[in-house]
Amino acid sequence: MSVIRVENLIKRFGHITAVDDISFKVEEGTIFGFLGPNGAGKTTTINILCTLLAPTSGRAFINGYDCTRESSEVRRSIGIVFQDTTLDRDLTAYENLMFHAYLYSVKKDVMKQRIEDALHFVGLYDRRDDLVKRFSGGMKRRLEVARGLIHRPKVLFLDEPTLGLDPQSRMNLWEFIVDLPRKHNVTVFMTTHYMEEAEVCDRIAIIDSGKIITMGTPDELKKTVGGDVIYIRTTDNKRARAEIERLFHVVVSEKDNELFLTSLKGDTCIPEIIRTIGETVLSVRLQRPTLNDVFLRMTGKEIRGEDVSDSDTIREAVRSYRRKFDRV
Amino acid sequence: MIEFNAIYVIVVRELKKFVRERSRFISAIARPLIWLFLIGSGMSGLVSPWMGVSYMQFIFPGIIGMTILFSSIFSSISIIWDKEFGFMKEILVAPVSRVSIVTGKALSGTVISSIQAAVIFALFPLLGIRIGLQAALEVITICVLLSFCMSSLGIVIATFYESFESFSVIMNFIVMPMFFLSGAMYPVKMLPEILRVVTVLNPFTYGIDALKHAVLGDAAVSDFSISLDMGVLIAASIIFIVTAGGMFERKK
Repeated sequence: MSVIRVENLIKRFGHITAVDDISFKVEEGTIFGFLGPNGAGKTTTINILCTLLAPTSGRAFINGYDCTRESSEVRRSIGIVFQDTTLDRDLTAYENLMFHAYLYSVKKDVMKQRIEDALHFVGLYDRRDDLVKRFSGGMKRRLEVARGLIHRPKVLFLDEPTLGLDPQSRMNLWEFIVDLPRKHNVTVFMTTHYMEEAEVCDRIAIIDSGKIITMGTPDELKKTVGGDVIYIRTTDNKRARAEIERLFHVVVSEKDNELFLTSLKGDTCIPEIIRTIGETVLSVRLQRPTLNDVFLRMTGKEIRGEDVSDSDTIREAVRSYRRKFDRV
Repeated sequence: MIEFNAIYVIVVRELKKFVRERSRFISAIARPLIWLFLIGSGMSGLVSPWMGVSYMQFIFPGIIGMTILFSSIFSSISIIWDKEFGFMKEILVAPVSRVSIVTGKALSGTVISSIQAAVIFALFPLLGIRIGLQAALEVITICVLLSFCMSSLGIVIATFYESFESFSVIMNFIVMPMFFLSGAMYPVKMLPEILRVVTVLNPFTYGIDALKHAVLGDAAVSDFSISLDMGVLIAASIIFIVTAGGMFERKK
């Protein structure tokens, strides 16, 4: 069953189109990644799905409820971790979760247990009575993940969950995120502009300038850029090359004394090659395409390190528009 | 439509924060005391007792009102803080009606400023004012109603602003004029015609006037009848809270 369904969604801020006619579905119990550079329209999409913004046109459904017309049911079905922290710094970790539990009408008899379980899950149980303002960035983000789970949502939204965290906290947070569908029976919808993070997603949509440019599993997407490249050094390149070409019906090239060939299944191809030309092999290495290669191929630019001024301008325009018009 | 769980927890949150921030309570109590004793005693030499009431006694209801005005508006304006620190988003994505959020905020302001007003009111014996139990209950009732009215107004104001910088604008152009054009420090009758019109349009005036009735008895220092005062306060409260709810509801 598709727990998220988006159909021809469009959102304009003044003359800027932040989300430009996107459609996609997310299956229950999966991790879905929304990948794209800053200002691509990821946060705007999340805000529409979370009922904080009304779309200009198009429809979105979560758990079967219409995000525009059944916002109350949608809100009950989702948990959200926003890009910027939304914790109350002057309350303790426990109190923040308790506030959330009351807002979502969690039954009194299960409230305490659920809060404690959530705190254990993210490893903050021992810090439950500390004020949040004494927490590090990583702890806050973990606490927000815990909070988002208190009311047992069907979908958990994570908007750039690792933004601004140091590498260790980032790894730490990832361990919790990949466990979420299994342990908490929740579908995860996350945005990121870190390609390596998107690798753990079951499915990815790559978004740029408000449009979805491609969608699929990480492996599917990587195959679109032409598969893996296997590099081999041997004692006798000439013979090895002829042998491989004859047996595998592929073109083998040579560069800097190293043979290389492309294969859609590099990992299973290597053992076969070694079985054939075993004695002569000196070294083998496999280079797999990254999602960055996918992005590069689709848009002709790097996801990061690109000329950011354009997207930054859009981002700023969207922000100032929000400040002006969405007062609350 | 009204979620009592949500209202309850919003009020609890504000009270917890209020109890934790002792400095806020101390300054909230110090301001009216400074006005009462410094301005009150400074001015009482200049102003002769009027209608049998000394100047300090005359401004006492106004000072109670001031406590309410400032702490109610401050309390509601914490909405701007919540927006700036992001916490408001947590409330807005919850399955809770905007009416409940606004009511919760207004009630927290009401509780906090009523407590502070009661502390100031408890000083009445020092000023040589005699108040019976019934009058005391009247004062408390008026304080609660006025607190609710001003807290609701504060929410309406807060929905217009996005950041801290607006704070001094609100203080200088809304709160201070409301205070001075309310009859808190001098009888409304003594103001020039044009300012008197503004005073009559200021809902806070009726709160001060009601407090004068209750604190000083039905002496001639009040400007309107108590039933008019209460009527205006109730009507203004309803208008403000409905407006606040409506402004929160807006979504594009």
